[in-house]
Amino acid sequence: MTDYLIRGANVLGRGTADIAICDGRIVDPELLDATSAEVIDAAGLVALPGLVDMHTHLREPGKEDAETVLTGSRSAAAGGFTCVHAMANTAPVADTAGVVEQVHRLGRSAGFTEVVPVGAVTIGLEGRQLAELGAMARSAARVRMFSDDGICVSDPLLMRRALEYVKTFDGIIAQHAQEPRLTEGAQMNEGEVSAELGLPGWPAVAEESIIARDVLLAEHVGSRLHVCHVSTAGSVDLIRWAKARGVAVTAEVTPHHLMLTDELVRTFDPVYKVNPPLRTDSDVHALREALADGTIDVVGTDHAPHTAEHKCSEWSAAAMGMVGMESALSIVVEAMADHDFDFGDVARVMSAAPARITGASGHGSLEIGASANIVLVDPNRPHRIEPADHATKGRNNPFAGIEVSAAVTDTFFYGHRVLAAGALTTPHPAGATWTDQ
Amino acid sequence: MKHLLDTASLSREDAIGILDIAEEMALVSQREIKKLPVLRGRTVVNLFFEDSTRTRLSFEAAAKRLSADVLNFSAKGSSVSKGESLQDTIQTISAMGADAIVVRHSGAGTAHRLAHTGWIDVPVVNAGDGTHEHPTQALLDAFTLRRALAGVPASGPVSGGPRGAGLDGAKVAIVGDVLHSRVARSNVHLLDRLGADVHLIAPPTLLPWGVENWPVTVHYDFDAALAAADFAAVMMLRVQHERMHESFFPNAREYARLWGLSPARLETLPESTFVMHPGPMNRGFEISAAAADSPRALVLDQVENGVSVRMAVLYRLLTGQEETND
Amino acid sequence: MTQRTVLDAADVSRAVTRIAHEIIESNKGSEDIVLLGIPRRGVPLAHRLAEAIAAIEGSPASAGELAGSLDITMYRDDLRGGSYRAPEPTSIPAAGIDAKTVVLVDDVLFSGRTIRAALDALADLGRPSKVRLAVLVDRGHRDLPIRADHVGKNLPTSSSERVNVSLSEIDGTDAVTISGGRE
Repeated sequence: MTDYLIRGANVLGRGTADIAICDGRIVDPELLDATSAEVIDAAGLVALPGLVDMHTHLREPGKEDAETVLTGSRSAAAGGFTCVHAMANTAPVADTAGVVEQVHRLGRSAGFTEVVPVGAVTIGLEGRQLAELGAMARSAARVRMFSDDGICVSDPLLMRRALEYVKTFDGIIAQHAQEPRLTEGAQMNEGEVSAELGLPGWPAVAEESIIARDVLLAEHVGSRLHVCHVSTAGSVDLIRWAKARGVAVTAEVTPHHLMLTDELVRTFDPVYKVNPPLRTDSDVHALREALADGTIDVVGTDHAPHTAEHKCSEWSAAAMGMVGMESALSIVVEAMADHDFDFGDVARVMSAAPARITGASGHGSLEIGASANIVLVDPNRPHRIEPADHATKGRNNPFAGIEVSAAVTDTFFYGHRVLAAGALTTPHPAGATWTDQ
Repeated sequence: MKHLLDTASLSREDAIGILDIAEEMALVSQREIKKLPVLRGRTVVNLFFEDSTRTRLSFEAAAKRLSADVLNFSAKGSSVSKGESLQDTIQTISAMGADAIVVRHSGAGTAHRLAHTGWIDVPVVNAGDGTHEHPTQALLDAFTLRRALAGVPASGPVSGGPRGAGLDGAKVAIVGDVLHSRVARSNVHLLDRLGADVHLIAPPTLLPWGVENWPVTVHYDFDAALAAADFAAVMMLRVQHERMHESFFPNAREYARLWGLSPARLETLPESTFVMHPGPMNRGFEISAAAADSPRALVLDQVENGVSVRMAVLYRLLTGQEETND
Repeated sequence: MTQRTVLDAADVSRAVTRIAHEIIESNKGSEDIVLLGIPRRGVPLAHRLAEAIAAIEGSPASAGELAGSLDITMYRDDLRGGSYRAPEPTSIPAAGIDAKTVVLVDDVLFSGRTIRAALDALADLGRPSKVRLAVLVDRGHRDLPIRADHVGKNLPTSSSERVNVSLSEIDGTDAVTISGGRE
């Protein structure tokens, strides 16, 4: 494996230093054999720990026309992610050790990012009976996070049992907070725009009522709850209140909920159809505030590729979801431009915090001795987001054409440069043995 | 004007322009030869993904009176039910040579989508999209009401029809299931644009979220609203049968008692108040037979005017002409 | 751009009077005559002719029953091109046009296409026994085999020139001018 000396990078945006990579680990630059290492001039670039995405949909097995673990992994590497969590709503559902091990194995053979499967909470995501959480936890995939994402675990008793059960292996339940009865047939945020467009609304209270219930359940049973894709100002208030009480709750926001509003639905372009739906301007501002002050812990992309057939249709027939791994960092930087939010904060919400919450031990740090999962970012490279150039199969990127200033240039994945000066290279040469597990 | 997708974006000038053309079109109905050569050799496609014989027939009659060829495409029994995409359907029809598409669909925004995706490049008329809009219904309602308020026959040929006028100052009540009504949405925008004073009367469960920000006055109590103002017209909305079992109101009897236009309520209306309904009516539920059949009811005028108004819309979208020195 | 006046108000008035006499003469009286003006400027001309005819015949009160308007917008052969224009009202005198002598009245006769459209429109409205054509100005350059029966002024023009008719009812003044053309 090639050793690297990254010279003159602005580390976390907080000071210039050299970073040395030897045998897949970050080492003291003084100790690196400079004659054999490849030197990368990183003047003007910011170095961050490799990004960790708690929320992606890689679609394999079952929907390989939309994305595969390989194309999703390449998309992750291009976006600066060295670890992604693959949601369970595949076909078959990732509700057994067999399926999560398959996804895990596909990730290893792809070799562009660390793919960590998320296990389903209930069998078939049906919300009736717990899946074999223990078997998935003990499998080669070592699943720690469980979610029925896409569907809410709405049965309060089942949610309570799941929260309790995962304490066995310090697991966490990631809840898709959506009260099902309040959102039957919902097509967009319930508000002034839905009233005018006549589209059935998805009210904020359908998210907030589930979050309120779940933080109280998590407190009652003393377990860990993660709230996926928080989208409303009211949800932020509830999470802030729960954290103040000491509840072990963490929360996530997507790049699109930090940037876009339901006004876009007036175009009836299904690229803006997503679940939870785009909300209002005041929600966007509350979410940015919450990300800046730490109420919301992480940014998760909810990368959800769909084939053109599922998006090139009338609004009501279109699938919900947006891709976003390759635009995530640029969008977060833009969205947070007006807040006291530097690249250290970007590293916190897109790497260190998600790594801590999910127990992704090889990620989230640039300390000497850590695994060399690193991303280089050019903070001053204005460009337009062009979904056609992206590695994901999904073209349903709602940021198409938006001008952004920051660009991911290089990704080091366990010491291997999978993205070099903006171009994807080769999988990690060590095949399936690159981690130190 | 390239398309007619909604009334929300229709200017007052364009709306009155269409109503005035419709006055000319209504004159054609008195002639022995009820046909104009305007759209000779052109093809209008009625693309109905949702059943509506009444609206389809009205558009068909309008297109035929303008000498257009009409192709009717109904989603029932078509390839749409076999999973063909909207894009394939529309491009297939376009390849057969359509000069305009009239579309009815259960999903809000479908007409808008057809007009703006670049799949086709012909005028699109929205004949009802989900619970979004039904602009030709609002235009025919406005046409009918403008006639009625001018004191001329509400339908049929009138050579001195009220051209150029809006509905300025007219108090209009829209009563019933506003939440699920595309007719109500289109009427609120258009009536407001034409200067009318719009009142919505409905139980809170059947009003859209945020209705207090609409350019309307909202009433929950039908009797109190009728007591407080003399309405130029009361538009009753159809309540779909499936709403009966979704807890929007306790039951049909209570709805009829509180929000139906009963014989007793009809009695309280001033002589000058007209009664309208977009049809089909649920007699005895949202509207009593006494109201539906009273001389002040404009229900059949609305149907008749639908043809003239749709002729005007097709004419407006499918023609353009240069001024000449001849 | 130069503009020259070819008919002033007095000329227009004389032309209308002369045409009125011609119509009565060729019809052997004013019986069964219907004057249909083609919007916009044919309409006031038709009403002026009706008044002149009624005055000559000694029954000024009957002028209103003689004249109407015939919009030809819906019968044009160029409806697809150019920008949209709203149709003008058509109003037929109460007696109708069946078995009448209809005199179509327009301001300028040029290509003949307007008159072709007017003949089609008439056919959909009824069956006149005769159709005649009266115009204030015939400027030549016909595209179709159509000629006027009564002409206020024959005006040789080049096809690049523009003939402008002003009538007091619409424009505040009576005049016919020519503008444009290659010098």
